[in-house]
Amino acid sequence: MKLPNSDAPPSAQANEPSWTDPHVFAHRIRCHAISMTSLGKSSHVASVLSMAEILAVLYGRVLNIDPMRPDWEDRDRLILSKGHGGAGIYAALAERGFFPVDRLRDHYQNGSVFSGHVSHKGVPGVEISTGSLGHGLGIGAGMAMAARRSKEKWRVYIIMSDGECDEGSVWEAAMFAGHHRLGNLTAVIDYNHMQSLASVSDTLELEPFADKWRAFGWDALEVDGHACSTLEEALSARTGADRPRVVIAHTTKGKGVSFMENQVLWHYRSPQGEELAAALAELDSIGPPKDGRRDA
Amino acid sequence: MRDAFVTKLLELGRKDPKLVLITGDLGFGVLNEFMATLPDQFINAGVAEQNMTMLATGMALSGWKAFTYSIGNFATLRCLEQIRNDACYHDAKVTIVSIGGGFSYGQLGMSHFATEDLAILRALPNLRVITPAETWEAQDLLEEDIKLPGPSYFRIDKSAGGVPRGAGERGRIGVARTLAEGRDVTLVTVGGILAEAVGAAKLLRAEGVSARVLSLSSLKPLDEAALVGAARETGGIVTLEEHTIIGGLGSAVAECCLSAGATPGFFLRLGLPDVFSTVVGDQFYLRRKFGLDAESVAVKTRQLVSKWRERSAG
Repeated sequence: MKLPNSDAPPSAQANEPSWTDPHVFAHRIRCHAISMTSLGKSSHVASVLSMAEILAVLYGRVLNIDPMRPDWEDRDRLILSKGHGGAGIYAALAERGFFPVDRLRDHYQNGSVFSGHVSHKGVPGVEISTGSLGHGLGIGAGMAMAARRSKEKWRVYIIMSDGECDEGSVWEAAMFAGHHRLGNLTAVIDYNHMQSLASVSDTLELEPFADKWRAFGWDALEVDGHACSTLEEALSARTGADRPRVVIAHTTKGKGVSFMENQVLWHYRSPQGEELAAALAELDSIGPPKDGRRDA
Repeated sequence: MRDAFVTKLLELGRKDPKLVLITGDLGFGVLNEFMATLPDQFINAGVAEQNMTMLATGMALSGWKAFTYSIGNFATLRCLEQIRNDACYHDAKVTIVSIGGGFSYGQLGMSHFATEDLAILRALPNLRVITPAETWEAQDLLEEDIKLPGPSYFRIDKSAGGVPRGAGERGRIGVARTLAEGRDVTLVTVGGILAEAVGAAKLLRAEGVSARVLSLSSLKPLDEAALVGAARETGGIVTLEEHTIIGGLGSAVAECCLSAGATPGFFLRLGLPDVFSTVVGDQFYLRRKFGLDAESVAVKTRQLVSKWRERSAG
């Protein structure tokens, strides 16, 4: 089967690599996610669509990383704690040059290392394998503590989901990071307001969400999670910070494909046939902003 | 054994500035010297064992040797998924130290009986399961383990086997100690309950039964050669553990021998039957209650040896 997006969309055919402009990068991540979840008949496409700008800004603008040296000791660390969005990380790393884009076709296939929930084994650039929620923040706090005690400059970023914050282990880690004032730790929450069976509000209300984090000793910001420049400002390195930061990024689950937006169904459903064509057509028709600067 | 282990850990920590000890808010009076001597290598994670294990993994993957420390099941079962997904899958240099194997905290009740840990942890890939029986052996095994990559679990017993170090002897991971030689039966143990096996062997000897006694320093790696040798060279095998009989030492020995085609002449697993203890008492009281003391072991073993001799004679 030919991947529908194996040819770069018109908007991504510039000389520049796709990742330098976060709008273009996010668009590419979305196209890959649709194709990968279609080809693999896998779930969680909407969870990738909601965090495309978060991934694009982090991997394209914020993280100090080197695709030629994935194990470089001084790199910034990013942990995708919402491991079900693995397709998004694989897409971002491929676009960023950690491995060939062609390898994305292996996602979910028999014998593949590209598991549905992100795994580091055999995939350069993935720091931590996740899939069970509530692990990333604590591991990240350990990394941040290690960096501080070793007097190293690298920073730690965690991408979490909103539903993940139901896990008690998140708050164990939050309390620890707040208490120890881990200013080199930044968490960004893909707050798409939907979880597995219903909305966050109908499941376990998180609000007042930012206040919860502040009460745990964190610096909390709420931003539009699809606004690249705002995200970049919120996620950029903070010199001399003495508190961990959480960026609560308000997003739309399934963002970019109208019939997937805010539908619990698309936490699970894999786009096939007409749905696949419609999704890709809609993404291409919208494309990234022409000037490459406007926020979505 | 606990104090000896922590003393050795402090000694190793002085030499290695990237050794970190993370406790789940336990260790009063035990960790004080470590805390005072190496404050930059000590973290109290609070009463939060999941986070303790996640922190350890994060630090280990950033170049540190991380030790987690708690008692009973708190360092293991409470944070089992963190051990599995984080420490083990990432092959991180995390050493889980649980103080109080088996009935070490016998008066504290069910929550503090660590009687399923071996079965559960030995199923985890990459994890070494280390079961010292003596204080000096715990130190030897720690010294060896810290040089190895990847995660490990130390089950630290309150009791000890009580058999002094032999001339030139060193505890070694994956190498069984032979405490007594014999041909009629092999008694196999892990941890301080070795003392009961040694006692049973003496009682049996007085009754004309010669018993080999093996103490396994680790359940993973397992000294398969010693176990197959026991199955082939002695009448049968009796395993003795302060642990459920399901999945722990007895199961490991059975798996090993049957897989090697070395079927013992008889085989008995002594440990807790598939139950929780609902009564409390000191470690030795609870051993007697469940028939794990030297006298009970000797009685059950003698019966098996007698039947085996009858079969052999017939």
